[in-house]
Parts: sequence; structure tokens; C-alpha cells
Amino acid sequence: MNNIKDVAEGLITKFGTKVGLSEDEKSLVVAAEDIIDVLQEIKENTDYTFLEDVTAVDYPECFTAVYHLLSLQDGQILRVKANLDKENPQIESAVSVWNSANVMERETYDLMGIIFTDHPDLKRVLCPDDFEGHPLRKDFKVEAAPRQ
Amino acid sequence: MVLANQEGNFRTQEFILNMGPQHPSTHGVYRAVLTMDGEYVVDAENVVGYLHRGMEKIAESRTYTQFIPYTDRMDYLAAMLNNWGYVLTLEEALNLEIPERAEYIRVIVGELQRIASHLVMVASFGLDMNAYTAWMYAFYDREKILDLFEMICGSRLTTSFMRVGGVPNDIPEGFLPKLEEFLQRMPKRIKEFDDVLTGNEIFLARTKNVAPISGEEALDYGLTGPNLRASGVNFDLRKVKPYSIYDRFEFDVALGENGDNFDRYNVRMEEIRQSLRIIRQAIDQLPEGDIMAKVPKVLKIPAGETYGHIEGAKGILGFYLVSDGGTKPYRMHLRSPSFINLGIFPKMARGTILQDAIASLASIDIVLGEVDR
Repeated sequence: MNNIKDVAEGLITKFGTKVGLSEDEKSLVVAAEDIIDVLQEIKENTDYTFLEDVTAVDYPECFTAVYHLLSLQDGQILRVKANLDKENPQIESAVSVWNSANVMERETYDLMGIIFTDHPDLKRVLCPDDFEGHPLRKDFKVEAAPRQ
Repeated sequence: MVLANQEGNFRTQEFILNMGPQHPSTHGVYRAVLTMDGEYVVDAENVVGYLHRGMEKIAESRTYTQFIPYTDRMDYLAAMLNNWGYVLTLEEALNLEIPERAEYIRVIVGELQRIASHLVMVASFGLDMNAYTAWMYAFYDREKILDLFEMICGSRLTTSFMRVGGVPNDIPEGFLPKLEEFLQRMPKRIKEFDDVLTGNEIFLARTKNVAPISGEEALDYGLTGPNLRASGVNFDLRKVKPYSIYDRFEFDVALGENGDNFDRYNVRMEEIRQSLRIIRQAIDQLPEGDIMAKVPKVLKIPAGETYGHIEGAKGILGFYLVSDGGTKPYRMHLRSPSFINLGIFPKMARGTILQDAIASLASIDIVLGEVDR
């Protein structure tokens, strides 16, 4: 079971309409509240067992958390996405499934301001602790630092 | 720390040791906050970000071509491979075929870069255990690779050599004889590294069974590249899902058994040998022809998402590109192997003595330009 459509079909029978294919049929779109159940299911019952990357995108209508899962058998990538509320972007942390999510989620929190609930140590990683705002958000404007 | 109280009884106390960010053994501006019990590390915390330049944000205000020089400055010890990963992602998004000769030139410089990067790891890993000779030896050979890069693109570190659609310059006159000289010399040099490190009793005593990582742990912590293979997991993108023309070369995937510091070193030594094999085959097969595909002057990527990844020198180097159809990326995310590999360092350091923790840090081969981006 490796083709993205087969994976999607398997998940749809289990989770119903909360899981679906994106319009371009290249990613799985999952309801944010089910993300951990779905990731766990994919890790246990498909070839996509390795978490390669976690990040997020700031779209005009929502934030989207993006997970790239890797199959160690054939090197294929499965993209899983979850749309988050624009005002209060929250999603459960995947650290319970993969330890590697720890650093990647911290980075996503730091730069994009996504709150990963139940994360063991959610704090800034690349920006200084007293930094204000989340630089990768579209409303964060880059400007020259004031002259000292 | 041992303290005497008023009755004269001794008690011990843990203390915090700050290592870095300005320290030779941290390989750049990396800082570790270590909780120590005497010589032993009880806990470690990574503190990074001193070199954060906001590359993902910068990408959003640059055209696709303008971003190529920025990729040099991620893993600045393997600029060619960063260039490659980036242009490969764009070519995938554009569905672009590139000329055969360009693919071969990419393989040759890419594998040379992998050797150069691994030589730095071998050198600094040795140096962190006071093996100064190894440092001088390995840097001598890396210098020869940088000379070759200077011939081909005028730059030694920040190469910016690859373009969307191919490579900008063909191999210059005199390059192949020089490369031949390098390929002839390297096997003898590797034997010398083996003499000063691989067979060195002190080196073995310091590295064998230090900070072992099982295959399962390595996967759980998201390790990729030589660090993952050192733990015995047979996964190399060049083999499993050959990009470019890697399906045309014969080479073996170097594997470790225990995932200890020695295996992480040894896997890289073996990968240097395999890269030499690949370069030899690439020279033999090198075809004549164009080096650039026809590409419009102003690049527009069709709206949509692309994820491209290659087997970089430090692990899987990924580029996640979201395009809205314009001339600049809507969002560009860089999956940096060093940043994720570093996540396992606290676990490796716990329970070992400080000197071994420093060797463990060197063994996972991080580059701070890539960690912080």
C-alpha cells in the first residue's frame, strides 16, 4: 500500500470524510483535530514510516501545517496537510509519534507561530527569546534595523 | 563539584557548564548548555540561532534565480550540493529535462563536494580528539578539490555553479587531467588516513562504543545521511530513488553496525571511496553536447507545491516550494539535515564524559550555516 490514492482510500474507510485528497491529488488533507490519529495510522500501516519534514504555510484564508513523510522502501514522499484557524492556529504535537517532530515543530512555532499543543518544550529556537512576532507570517514586514 | 559542609562530610553538586557559542569544538556559533556532575554530562541543551539570517523569508522577496547564491551559504562546506538540491526542485516543478552532459558535470562536482565535506568531518573529528596530523592531511586533499572548483567556476566555497536547466560553464581545459591526478592520489591518501586514524589504537579507544545510536532511535530522531547509515539503516536516496542519473553508476551504500562514533567516522571514509568510484565512472561515460536546456530568462513556476530532495553531504536536503504562479516563491521551506540531526545530540551526550560529548558532536557533522539558515 504505497500509492497516495490507495493510502487515501484506506484512511477514508477508517476516518470517513475527515480525510481527503487535495484538489491536485498530490496531498492528503486531514482535519486538524485528527492529525495524530492519522499520522499514527500512516506510520503503522503504510510504507511512509519516516517523518522527513514539518512546516507550515501562511495562506490568506488559513494557516496550513504540512508534514512530509518518507517511504524508506522506495523514497517516495507523502504530503499530509491540515488547515488551521487563522486567528488561533493550533494543532496537536506529533512528538508522541516521532521524536524528530520536536525540533521541527519548535522551528515552525518560532517562525510561523503555530502552537503545537502537548509539545514537551515549545519555545523559540532560531530567533532570540525576546523576539516579537513570527517572521515567516505574511503580515510580518522586513525592515532595516534602526541605526544605533 | 565536591563540597565540604561544616561537619566535614563531602557532598556533590551538579553545575551548569556553558560551551560555546565561540569555541573551536562547537564547529561554528553553536552553544550547548551542559549540566555536569563532575566530568559527566547529566543533561545537555542545544542553543542555536546565532547564524539565523532568515533565508526562508529572504526567498520570498527574491526571484528564483536570485536565490541560488543564498543556497551556497546554507551548508557552506557543500555549496555544490545545495545548489543542486535547489535547482533540481525547480526543474521538477517546471518539468524540465536537462542535457546529459550537464547531468554528468553535476555528478562529478557533486561527488567531489561530498568528498570535500566528508574530509572536513574526518579532519575535525580527529582534531577534536587531538589528532592534529589527520586535520592537516585531510585539509590538504580538500584544498585540491577547492582548486578544481576554482578552475570550473572561479569560486572555492560559494560556488553558485548550477543553474535551472543545467550548468553555466563547461569543463575548462586542464580540468580533467587535474581531476585524474586527484583520483590517482586519493587511494594512497586514504591509506594514510587509515594509518593515522582508522588503525590508531588511541582513536579506536576513544570512539568505539561511544554514544551508540540504534537504527530504531536514528529513525525516530529523524537522522538522515551518513548518520543514519552508521546505525545500520540502508537508506541512500541515490540508491533507493535515483535522481539525476545516479541509476547509471555502480556504487555500494556504506553501512555501520553499532551507530557509535567510530561507525559515523568509518561510514564517511567508505563514502569517500564510493564517491571516487562514481566520479571515475562519470568521467568514462561523459558525453559531448549541450550544457544548458532552453529556459526562459524570467522564470515563472506554475502554481502548486513541489518538494524536491537530494542526498546531501550531511543528510537529506529538502526544498519545499509553494508557488502562486509568479516569479518569486510564495513560500520556500528548507529542510536542513544538520538542524534535525542536531536534535539527537542531548541524548548522545547524556551519561558520557565531556571530552566524549565533544567527539559525539563532531561525529554527527553539523554545519551551523545550515542549522540556522
